[in-house]
Amino acid sequence: MCVTVDDATTSDGAGSARRARTPALAARSVVKEFGQVRALRGASFEAMAGEVTALIGDNGAGKSTLVKCMSGVHPPDGGTIEVDGKAVQLSSPIDAERLGIETVYQDLALAPDLDAASNVFLGREIRRFKIIYDQAAMRRQTAKSFADLGVGMVQDLRVPVASFSGGQRQSVAIARAAMWAQHVILLDEPTAALGVIQTAKVLDLIRRVRDRGLAVIFISHNLPQVLEVSDHIEVLRLGARVARFEQGEADVDRLIAAISGAFTNEVAA
Amino acid sequence: MSDIQDEAAETQHVIGQAEVAAIDATVEGDAVPEVAAEGAGVAVDTKPAWWRRLLASPVIMTFFFLIVTMVIFSVLAPGTFNTVTNIQLLALNVAILTVVSVGTTFVIATAGIDLSIPSGIVLGEVFAVKALSLIQVGSGTAADVPADQTKLWYIIVALAGSLAAGLILGLVNGFTVGYLRIPPMLATLGTLGAGLGIALLMQNGVNIATYALNPVATGQLIPGLDNLILIGLVVVVIGYVGMHKAVFGRHTLAIGSSEEAASRVGLNVERHLLKVYTVGGLASGLGGFLAVAYFSTTSVAGHSTDNLSAITAVALGGTSLFGGVATIIGTLIGVWIPAVLQNGFIIVGVQPYWQMVAVGVVLILAIYADQLRRRARNRR
Repeated sequence: MCVTVDDATTSDGAGSARRARTPALAARSVVKEFGQVRALRGASFEAMAGEVTALIGDNGAGKSTLVKCMSGVHPPDGGTIEVDGKAVQLSSPIDAERLGIETVYQDLALAPDLDAASNVFLGREIRRFKIIYDQAAMRRQTAKSFADLGVGMVQDLRVPVASFSGGQRQSVAIARAAMWAQHVILLDEPTAALGVIQTAKVLDLIRRVRDRGLAVIFISHNLPQVLEVSDHIEVLRLGARVARFEQGEADVDRLIAAISGAFTNEVAA
Repeated sequence: MSDIQDEAAETQHVIGQAEVAAIDATVEGDAVPEVAAEGAGVAVDTKPAWWRRLLASPVIMTFFFLIVTMVIFSVLAPGTFNTVTNIQLLALNVAILTVVSVGTTFVIATAGIDLSIPSGIVLGEVFAVKALSLIQVGSGTAADVPADQTKLWYIIVALAGSLAAGLILGLVNGFTVGYLRIPPMLATLGTLGAGLGIALLMQNGVNIATYALNPVATGQLIPGLDNLILIGLVVVVIGYVGMHKAVFGRHTLAIGSSEEAASRVGLNVERHLLKVYTVGGLASGLGGFLAVAYFSTTSVAGHSTDNLSAITAVALGGTSLFGGVATIIGTLIGVWIPAVLQNGFIIVGVQPYWQMVAVGVVLILAIYADQLRRRARNRR
């Protein structure tokens, strides 16, 4: 099942230094089956605080399934998820949020008719007298946090997000996640639907989120983009990790080789 | 889309939003250059600001229409239409529909619909009278006492009966829509028929008169203001706070806007829908209580189009049938438009059937305006 190459241990120098640290979020030999389909066959994954970790792989490699296991959408059938080195049970996205893990989905999941501040605080409203929400306070905090993150493109916090561009909406979604995440942000193809300029802005935002000390996990199909923004890259193939790269170790050809199974630096599990 | 087109679209959008953006440049710091860039957009736009504001706000548009209509009738029938008595009569006539429509606004805000309003009203009426007839007074029951011998606790018992009817209906609607995932139009079509059937069974198809609740409608806690109007206003205020100030309303709008988004941030969509349809049911039940109080009789066949009246009022007011956008004040205005047209046509001697035609046309125009607004907003 797992592709093995004899020189698998070659580029392990950086890897062992890395293993001395405790990952903010890790998956250990996670198995997930959907009926007859084994989407994850003992997949492992590690993301460190203060780093952008890219998760790449071909369609069907299990990236989205792995992300869903780590964000509480799908409970794994086997293996463990660890937060700060401690094994955790994630049976719903709410569990993940309580542990400081926020997910930004491909399709954004903002309520288009609500304004940015309302979306940011949706489900976690600042309340007065228990039932009334404090819009002014929520707007203030949102404006402050957007300014801190440099999300300057959202010019007006009072208009519905439906009138924003794709990039602005993606920025709102990421900024929302960054506001609430204590440890980890999972981004599932955050730039897939964006133009070049908007993509650049979103990547900048991702770096700023990382610089606040969060572990950022980033799924993308765009390899140049992955190389540009990632501190660490993990490659998934056929439901298991086949390669890991530190920044500077990889190029597009090598990533393609890993994705397609021609290269691995992972010891077979 | 290439990034050049993308930027072009951004500029276009800026023109549409320029007015709002100019009023409040909310985000400081990094946003400032962006806001400045939009200043260029403002100069290009030649439409007057008041016109854009009018088109941007359905409530203002409907209010404008209502005022124009009232002015026209005042000019055509001076001293008849524009009298305090006539306006009070109008307010009295719309009060019950206002109460019901406020509840419906919450349902429609979730992109739902409640067709079962007539059964809520009729069951509310029947339960109120049944509750009264449980109380023995002399040789008869509380339902038989004249208006001047009624007691507060009779009224409270009747109200409890009506609200129980509305609660049951609302819970059934909310459960079928929220948990069984039956499309709201069909779920409430089912409870419309079933509820009316139950009301007819309970009454054997016969209406019962009672005067015991009259003070609720025509009494005056505040001198000069009929209680019915006062109750309508109180319900509007509660609805306004519930929709526009409370977390409940915010979650209602979020679910109407995108159920997916609402459930991903951890809102319990099923339970919230149950609550929203319960609010709708309670409003209908209360409407039934007020109807018995005002008309002094149940009316098992008399409310069959009240659902359409309420939905019309809500839609006229600017609440979007697609969910996510709602306005209680708009509903209050929307309730008045059909009533003013009817009353005005009668007073100026036009066949009152024209009211139905006029309301139909205005309704379609209002919804078309909502579509245009949505399309303009979702331009990209």
